[in-house]
Amino acid sequence: MQIINREIEGNSAGYWALLGGLGALTLIGLFAAYNMEHHGHIITGMNNQIVWGLPHVFAVFLVVAASGALNVASVAGVFGKKIYKPLAPLSALLAIALLVGGLSVLMLDLGRADRAIITAWEVNPTSVFSWNVVLYSGFFGFAAAYLWTMLDKTAKPFYGFAAYGAFIWRLILTTGTGLIFSFLVARQAYGTALLAPKFIVFSLLYGTAIYVLVLLAAYGWGRRALGDEVVRRLKNMLVIFIAASFYMTLVYHLTNIYFARQWDFERFILQTGGIYTTLFWLGQVVIGYAIPFILMVAPNTRSNRSAIAASAVMIVLGALAQMYVTIVGGQAFPLQLFPGYIEKSSFFDGEIHAYTPSYWEWMLGIGGVAIALAMVVFAVKILRILPESLADEVADPHAKK
Amino acid sequence: MNNFEQYRRRFLGGALATAGAAMVPGLMLVEMAHSRAPEEPVSSRNRWGLLIDTTKCATGCTECVTACNTENGLSGKTGPQDSQWIRKVELTHKKTGAQHSLPVMCQHCEEPPCVDVCPTGASFKRDDGIVLVDRHICIGCRYCMMACPYKARSLVHEDLNDTQLAHMPRGKGCVESCTLCVHKIDAGENTTACAEACPEQAILFGDLNDAGSEIARRLATYASKEIRADLGLNTGVRYTGI
Repeated sequence: MQIINREIEGNSAGYWALLGGLGALTLIGLFAAYNMEHHGHIITGMNNQIVWGLPHVFAVFLVVAASGALNVASVAGVFGKKIYKPLAPLSALLAIALLVGGLSVLMLDLGRADRAIITAWEVNPTSVFSWNVVLYSGFFGFAAAYLWTMLDKTAKPFYGFAAYGAFIWRLILTTGTGLIFSFLVARQAYGTALLAPKFIVFSLLYGTAIYVLVLLAAYGWGRRALGDEVVRRLKNMLVIFIAASFYMTLVYHLTNIYFARQWDFERFILQTGGIYTTLFWLGQVVIGYAIPFILMVAPNTRSNRSAIAASAVMIVLGALAQMYVTIVGGQAFPLQLFPGYIEKSSFFDGEIHAYTPSYWEWMLGIGGVAIALAMVVFAVKILRILPESLADEVADPHAKK
Repeated sequence: MNNFEQYRRRFLGGALATAGAAMVPGLMLVEMAHSRAPEEPVSSRNRWGLLIDTTKCATGCTECVTACNTENGLSGKTGPQDSQWIRKVELTHKKTGAQHSLPVMCQHCEEPPCVDVCPTGASFKRDDGIVLVDRHICIGCRYCMMACPYKARSLVHEDLNDTQLAHMPRGKGCVESCTLCVHKIDAGENTTACAEACPEQAILFGDLNDAGSEIARRLATYASKEIRADLGLNTGVRYTGI
């Protein structure tokens, strides 16, 4: 049976309420950005010790998830799994939307957001940020081209090129995101090339989890048929990505534990770091990995759609916890200027740095998520993104062709 | 005057003139190494830096910090969001209990990580080794603050309310740090506010490239240290006594 992708009607009160709610959250985010610009970063919890805070947790999460959201499309376009082909347009759309959301937060958090455009012509070839300006733009280009080749039959000849291009580009993009931290030589949490592949693996998990949530919501609220086969395959992917993410986390911390000079830092994150220790063990490991893994593997729950949805939500929460530990926790542990000495100064040398995110930062971060979701909600109404039916008898035989 | 006397005078005069002529290039070199005319461009002939003798630096003394704040128009407040271009760090050795006190500021690295990571080139190093922020193109991303191993940089978190000084422009939302009193160097004063203020003369300013300078001679004579020398950044600020 032919699978037809079609615009959703999008006329229900629920649709407009959803779009209106996301629009309101976007406006709240923009209001926060205006205030941060007007008053300066004094109104945030960020300071000269924790220089990247909650906005960066949201921004990096969204950017990493963006490249991962393309995963479903790549499985269809690059690895040739036909069952994913009708799912691919949503995948490319989500990738673009999440990147827009993440970059919005990143740009609006700048000390001088009005000057962001300077990065377009004042380019520093040694700066990972400068590389990322190119990488983000290229990703938009490839993902948009990919989407176009899927939606417009006349663009079909370019499908393979766009699919492979987007796939390779997304690997480079997430490498670039990881390198932002990898190339920080002096901080103990960073300065390891492991962060690049680690971010790629995380991106697969986070992006696919968001994809699953959006798919379940769209088919549930839109009253379109979604068969168990599609959900089962996506769930299996999540299980594998959880295992891979846990492996990368394990290798990262074991490496640190092996080096005596890293012991203090590891003790901080794993044992004595208060909120960071809690977020690592409870947030990232238990909520982000363990519970969803068990729910999606255990015979009683693995076919239960609510359990799978709950797992995806927990993966996203675990992802935010991971980003908070990586970004804020990594800065909270003080720089060691004089190894072997206890350091003390008016500039908070030698002490664990304090940080409490202000409500402005929450507003900006959530605003970024809202921008991404609003784009998706709007796009599925005007573009042929979602298959009319993904019922088993439609989707599954299609896979066996 | 006899012939001998005439010959003697001519000989002495010639010898003096020759000796004088021989000294001129040397004197000029010394002159060139020390300073340049304001219209002359900055060059890598100089490498400005500081040598800090921690054995002279007194615990609790913050004269250098106060002088820096006054010179550059900083408030002197020490909250988590306030700018500090120079701070006194008190050290206690974990095993021996040995104590040291020393000022830490931008170390003016030869290979500055802040310059490497800056997306716009706002963080830059002059040919004479001074690391600065171009306030016109700094976008306030704070990547340099993440990259600096010395925690030397601050973001201006709020309006400055016209507390700025004409020779040291600053800006809300931009990153800033010690400029090695670049305005003094460019005016030919060749000193820094912190070095001048230190009651113990623990801070010595000078040209690391000028073998005849006091700083270069002391560095050649006594053991000195760079903070985080393991990073291989070749800092312009050096320490003795630790």
